[in-house]
Amino acid sequence: MRAFDYARPATVADAVGLLARHRGAAKVLAGGTDLVVGLRQHTLTPRLVVDVKGLEDLPPAVTGTGGAVVIGATAVMADLARHPLVRRHLPALVEAAEVVGSIQIRNRATLAGNICHASPAADTVPPMLAYDAQVHVSGPAGERRLALADVILGPGRTALEPGDLVTAVELGVPRQPVGAAFARMTRRRGVDLASVNVCCSVSADGVTRFAYGAVAPRPFLVADDTGTLADPEGGEDRKAALLEELIARASPVSDVRASREYRVAMLRVLSRRTLATSIDRLARAMAAGGEGR
Amino acid sequence: MTATRVLHLTVNGTHRSVAIEPHRPLLDVLREELDLTGTKECCAVGECGACTVLVDGRAVNSCLVLAVEVDGATVTTVEGLAPDPDRLSRLQDAFLERGAVQCGFCIPGMVVSARYLLATNPSPTVEEVREGLSGNLCRCAGYNRIVDAVLAAARAER
Repeated sequence: MRAFDYARPATVADAVGLLARHRGAAKVLAGGTDLVVGLRQHTLTPRLVVDVKGLEDLPPAVTGTGGAVVIGATAVMADLARHPLVRRHLPALVEAAEVVGSIQIRNRATLAGNICHASPAADTVPPMLAYDAQVHVSGPAGERRLALADVILGPGRTALEPGDLVTAVELGVPRQPVGAAFARMTRRRGVDLASVNVCCSVSADGVTRFAYGAVAPRPFLVADDTGTLADPEGGEDRKAALLEELIARASPVSDVRASREYRVAMLRVLSRRTLATSIDRLARAMAAGGEGR
Repeated sequence: MTATRVLHLTVNGTHRSVAIEPHRPLLDVLREELDLTGTKECCAVGECGACTVLVDGRAVNSCLVLAVEVDGATVTTVEGLAPDPDRLSRLQDAFLERGAVQCGFCIPGMVVSARYLLATNPSPTVEEVREGLSGNLCRCAGYNRIVDAVLAAARAER
């Protein structure tokens, strides 16, 4: 690693001040599971690394507030995946957080880091999109909230400006019963990036949404507002045609993990699997009076 | 610009102070400054688990942790698993008895990950052991005996 200076500020304002002063020459350190790889491989050469694990005024790991679950920027995957509020309201996020990297990685990696690294294959991003994630950002001009879909722009690119710090991710607890599920395809079990990942959600009003990852420059949402996919009595031909329309919005590439053709084929498979699981979970949520999701 | 700073750590039960620069990974500091060479460097990008140590009781890849991040923390390396210098832990004994060690390079990381698994799940199933060790690669592919050893250690510790 090349030499850099290290700061561990005590407040968000101090962190933002440091990041703003150093502009592009400072990098944020939370879990470090992507940052330190970049430092080691010299793809990142900051003059200053700002460790945000000492910030006293960051939101706590997980809090529930009026229809939303707020996850602090330094909460690690392992902790949020076993938090009762997250398990109760956001099962698809649990399914994703439980397969990121490895146990060692999940003891360090954060949701905020998964967003800021902006990998097209980031496992937690499709569920965050499906749960309408809002990203809480503190910057030199103050605090603001951005829709996750507006934050990640492409591979390694975000709408965050130098000086911006993600302080939390807010996930909407659905107002109506919803069933959601996450699935991914990897080459091997453990410590692999997804070749394809999919999060599906089906709500009681019949809307089906898919968030697709690793099949475009950034994870993205598609929706069926007609109720066709969610309808247990719906015709198979119509469902298949509709699903093909949604899948056609993906633009996968061939790379070391999978070919373009394989990704499209697996997108079809994972869409059907997560749809079936989501419909099942929705039925159970409705039976339980909208409690479980 | 990159001033050396003094870290205070509890490593394997002993207080240690070490002056280091911010860009030194915990892995390097353990091996080169504290002479704890049981922890291995292999992929150095968090994929193989050979450098696994416990920081405040949690398994992490020490190649991806800056030493400055863990100032004040408690670190346990493979050298810290044995109850005393003349005796191995039951977990380590199980690795020897079951012939789980081939070339041996992955074993310190395997043992530390297994220690973490058994600390969080004292009676794992075969599947849970495989999942618990899925962040550790053995290029000799000696996984079956490693899993056997962890299951045997879990039984011995009950």
